[in-house]
Amino acid sequence: MGKAIAIELKNITKTFGEVVANNNVDLDVQRGEILSILGENGSGKTTLMNMIAGIYFPDSGEILIDGKEVVIRSPKDAFAHHIGMIHQHFKLIDVFTAADNIILGEEYKGISIKDEITAIRDAHQKENSEFFDYNPDEDAGVLEYMSTPKRHKKGATALSVAAVPFKHLFRRIKFGWLSRNRAQAIQSIANRYGFEIDLKKKIYDMSVSEKQTVEIIKVLYRNADILILDEPTAVLTPQEIDKLFNVLRRMRDDGKSIIIITHKLNEVMEISDRVAVLRKGEHIATVETAYTNEQELTEMMVGKRVELNIDRSDPHDVADRIVVENISATNHDGIKVLDNVSFTARSGEILGIAGIAGSGQRELLEAIAGLQKLNGGDIWYFDPNSDNEKVDLRSKTPVQIRNLGVRLSFVPEDRLGMGLVGNMDLIDNMMLRSYRRGKSIFLDRKSPKTLAERIVQELEVVTPSTHTPVRRLSGGNVQKVLVGREIAAAPTVLMAAYPVRGLDINSSYTIYNLLNEQKEKGVAVIFVGEDLDVLIELCDRIMVVCAGRVTGIVDGRCAKKEDIGLLMTKTSQDEADISLKHKEGKNG
Amino acid sequence: MFISFLHSAIRFSTIFLFGSTGETITEKSGHLNLGIPGIMCIGAIGGCIGERLYLSSLADMTQMSGFMAVFVPIIFSMLFAGCMGLLYSFMTVTLRCNQNVTGLTITTFGVGLTTFLGNTLNKEGFSQAAVYFRQGFNSSSDWFSQLFLTHGTLVYLAIIVAIITAVVLKKTRTGLNLRAIGENPATADAAGINVTAYKYCATILGAAIAGLGGLFYIMDYVGGSWEYNIDALGWLAVALVIFSVWKPNWGILGAILFGALYIAPYHIPSNNAQKELIKMLPYLVTIIVLIVTSIINKRETQPPAALGTSYFREER
Amino acid sequence: MVKALGKTKFEPLMHISKRSDIEKWKSWLIRIGAGVLGLFVCAIVSAIFTKSFGGFFSSLFVGVFGSERRIWKLIKDIAILLCLALAVTPAFKMKFWNIGAEGQTIIGCLMSVICVHYLGGSLPNAALLVIMFLAAVAGGALWAVIPALFKAKWNTNETLFTLMMNYVGMQLVSFAINSWDTTGHAMYGNLTTGLFPSVGGNQYAINIIIAVVMTIAVFIYLRFSKHGYELTVVGESVNTAKYIGINVKKVIIRTMLVSGALCGIVGLMIVSGDAKTITPSVVSGRGFTAILVSWLAHFSPIGMVLTSFIVVFITQGAGQVSTDFDLGSGAFADMIAGVFLFFIIACEFFINYKVKFNMSHGIFKPLKKAQERRAAKKAAKEIVADNLGDALAADVVEDKISDEEEKG
Repeated sequence: MGKAIAIELKNITKTFGEVVANNNVDLDVQRGEILSILGENGSGKTTLMNMIAGIYFPDSGEILIDGKEVVIRSPKDAFAHHIGMIHQHFKLIDVFTAADNIILGEEYKGISIKDEITAIRDAHQKENSEFFDYNPDEDAGVLEYMSTPKRHKKGATALSVAAVPFKHLFRRIKFGWLSRNRAQAIQSIANRYGFEIDLKKKIYDMSVSEKQTVEIIKVLYRNADILILDEPTAVLTPQEIDKLFNVLRRMRDDGKSIIIITHKLNEVMEISDRVAVLRKGEHIATVETAYTNEQELTEMMVGKRVELNIDRSDPHDVADRIVVENISATNHDGIKVLDNVSFTARSGEILGIAGIAGSGQRELLEAIAGLQKLNGGDIWYFDPNSDNEKVDLRSKTPVQIRNLGVRLSFVPEDRLGMGLVGNMDLIDNMMLRSYRRGKSIFLDRKSPKTLAERIVQELEVVTPSTHTPVRRLSGGNVQKVLVGREIAAAPTVLMAAYPVRGLDINSSYTIYNLLNEQKEKGVAVIFVGEDLDVLIELCDRIMVVCAGRVTGIVDGRCAKKEDIGLLMTKTSQDEADISLKHKEGKNG
Repeated sequence: MFISFLHSAIRFSTIFLFGSTGETITEKSGHLNLGIPGIMCIGAIGGCIGERLYLSSLADMTQMSGFMAVFVPIIFSMLFAGCMGLLYSFMTVTLRCNQNVTGLTITTFGVGLTTFLGNTLNKEGFSQAAVYFRQGFNSSSDWFSQLFLTHGTLVYLAIIVAIITAVVLKKTRTGLNLRAIGENPATADAAGINVTAYKYCATILGAAIAGLGGLFYIMDYVGGSWEYNIDALGWLAVALVIFSVWKPNWGILGAILFGALYIAPYHIPSNNAQKELIKMLPYLVTIIVLIVTSIINKRETQPPAALGTSYFREER
Repeated sequence: MVKALGKTKFEPLMHISKRSDIEKWKSWLIRIGAGVLGLFVCAIVSAIFTKSFGGFFSSLFVGVFGSERRIWKLIKDIAILLCLALAVTPAFKMKFWNIGAEGQTIIGCLMSVICVHYLGGSLPNAALLVIMFLAAVAGGALWAVIPALFKAKWNTNETLFTLMMNYVGMQLVSFAINSWDTTGHAMYGNLTTGLFPSVGGNQYAINIIIAVVMTIAVFIYLRFSKHGYELTVVGESVNTAKYIGINVKKVIIRTMLVSGALCGIVGLMIVSGDAKTITPSVVSGRGFTAILVSWLAHFSPIGMVLTSFIVVFITQGAGQVSTDFDLGSGAFADMIAGVFLFFIIACEFFINYKVKFNMSHGIFKPLKKAQERRAAKKAAKEIVADNLGDALAADVVEDKISDEEEKG
């Protein structure tokens, strides 16, 4: 039967310097449907949506809304066309309340003085015998005319007309003034859609899910009927995802068009009516969800059939390498980020850490690396080079840890902000770990140069030369440089936080292989991941964290995705029993 | 004795208050304008040029109208200073130049231009015009009138501007939008706020207000003679922004304190060397406030988060 | 289609995008172009007061290169400005916004003068100079390390702290002068001891030697020493620095000590090799100008030789213009230097960003028409040339185009 088309993109192209982010993309979205945009990281999904939302301007191509060509130069234009986008990184001001964030940028939409006067004159003329009054709706400036039994007096027209500019000014000022109860008006919108949230709370006091709710209320408040959500589920627990999906379905049934950017197939199948697949900036196809399956979508997304099997060898010569006992830590807002965490990392084994982003994974790795202050607990290291001597790592600086002879390598989540220096070339980045060597006050650039050349060759890093600043390399190559450097230090413990985030499939597999190689060599590998499938296929044991606590450690070989999902969202200690059967007892 | 000291402090605070109110508006939009001292100089010379033009248009000095003698220089002062604000915002907003470097160059330029023109400008009749600048509501000698009613127009204007600025920033959508830009321009942009327009307006308006501080100094404080000392006072105005933790209403009290500290050497019996030591106090007090607020480290007393960074929408 | 509806599609006038990279020669071409343009605008500005456009250029060059004395003055001024720029560079490279070079230098001056005041005459000049050197270095370093300590401990805003320290320093100098002064003029007389000896008859030789040595030393320190590497990493990313175990606080304090010590040396250079006295404004804003010099050179010590030359050149030259045309004080030179520097600063935008004008915008209609006309002319010429031969071509083309214009 064909629903009305809300928005249509034709031949959209966008380039950033040399990189083509979108190439001749065609796309349409109907009223009252949920469309998923599926694609790998870097396939141009977000860029495409940013052009609808007015963040970027396309190099060429047209955008049609309700069949009419429009130009969206700024987010303001997007609002005018009732388009609202919820970005992956929330665009909220931390020091404002939720309500202030929602009304931010709202414009006065009253009718103009001229129109109002004309309206009054017309009405007076038409209904000559009847007196009428007008009742301006403060928010929308809509005029309502009411007949009254009173007789129309002469001069009333002139009086009404004369009063218009003042009323207009008054309404403007009233609109511009931030009233004390501004949160209450918005609260009613929130309640209508069934959101439970306190809008007077400051954003910096909110959880991720609350922040997302604020973002959704914000676009609804702006009367958006085309909603774009960029990876909305990445930071949510399964329960929160269910809640979100219910809200989205309700909005769809309301006639709104919803676009979800994602790379999670199961969610695509669950929520969307149609799926548009992008690959390397090109639109591959748009299909009805009912007539497709995950296998087909994967093929479209990655272009070729992907061997999902990651080689996993059985661990050998397993020995305790790092023992963490009851550590706790708080961040600078005084919130507990690590709560009584204990676990053991063993040589020749990959220990996976699963959990919703921001559950304490980063702090945990940084605590071991000597970057996070601890409130209590112990971290022990067993040195394989001196007969498993017990070394205390607690509250040591990275330099002290190194001086103790601990060979600890760490691939942090933030590659260019922490692991590497974007503006430095490959050689100087190699030096980050080793520049202190030797007593000379001057630097030795010879051995870093050799190392850089070796890594470029062995890991097939695509770079013009070793003198190129690393920020100019692509994401995968940056990660190869970083992992290469960390492995070159011949570690006994290797920690990697989200090492494949943003990487294409080939680069991802290179990284998996490198981790497996290290495991074979007897290194204790700690791998923090977000994709449960990868964790289950790669890791020997998987530790699940939630809100800074360890909620379970399961065997990677017999773990079920659902169980891990459950552990990821468990908030109270009482429920610990549920997962006891999954807890690994043999080696512990 | 104490009343007259306080009176002078309130009067002298005007120059700091204009400067800091202007700078606060600018900084709320995320721009640290170190050109404020130069802009205050330009405001002074702009006002003087305006006064000269007005006086030259008169047949003789007796025709001088009090209103015009004050009004014309104010408009010119704001116009000249606003132009410098426009230059600053063009360089830092549109051309995305380094804010510190641009600001310092504006100061060099402004001080140079002002000194150069100020030395050559014909200042005939300025002292008569200054009388109108200094005219207060009444001249009774009771302490209340002395403290609050005997000041010139610009003193009250400074306080009114500071209060209006504080109210606009805190209680209106315009202020909310501006604060949002200073905190996170990308968010403000996504919310549909015209970031560039706001930044331009805030910088130009801020500069225009700051310029009045220079005008006050020349036409009211030193009474129409040319004395050149404005840029050192301008730096104190920049310091006052921090002292008042980006709140113009607190800035009123801060400005009076700064005024008191600055004029203290002339009211305390001391020799020349000691006077120089006392003059150090406003700077030292600012340093102490800077240290104390950084130690307390409350979210409400921090500078706008995006202060000093340029915004480019298509940054990747 | 849109036009048929009577509405013109509004498009942005221009589109700005970040350049990933630019060839070296192109960026230099932009800089030189900006410099030339800047000079012309300066000439126009000065012509308002001098009524002579060409006079600006002749005075400018004569003022700088006109005599041996002037060339030496140029070199002497470059030496001091260059040294100051080198002094602020380590801190800036660390992204520590130290705008307190003015104060650190004047404390260096003050310490040198204190040595002369109390020890002058009782020690041989060489020994006195050594003591002055140590005192100036200690003074400058102290003035710089105070804000650094608070930055390291409580993250106190260093820009404003160092700015305030400048004025505290100047007041200290005023205090010292007024305490020593017995005449009531609040002036300090010319120094007779504690001056740099002249080398080969040149009284500025020591300053120039110090400048050369300092350039090389700072270059090596930043490029090849471990300290330089550490401060670069801290400047690029504090997180990375922590990650590899650099003690950020230590680096901040150490770098500011170095920076302040170098400023102290410049203070000595000013007292012993240039001004030969002390006043509260003896540094005369060069502490701020030095920041500009350093930033324009992208913190490269070698580049600073060039940028300090440009800044001194324009100031000294403009000073000559104001002398030649009787424009009074050095304020005119400051103003002209300001105008010139705006261009140099602004041109960085064109190096970092690419501006693409949207040719379909209304503003460009005349331009586009001209272009079309030229194209039409060319095309017509070719056709006509084929048919009629070159001799007649030009006339025919003109006719044809005027026909077309009438029709259009």
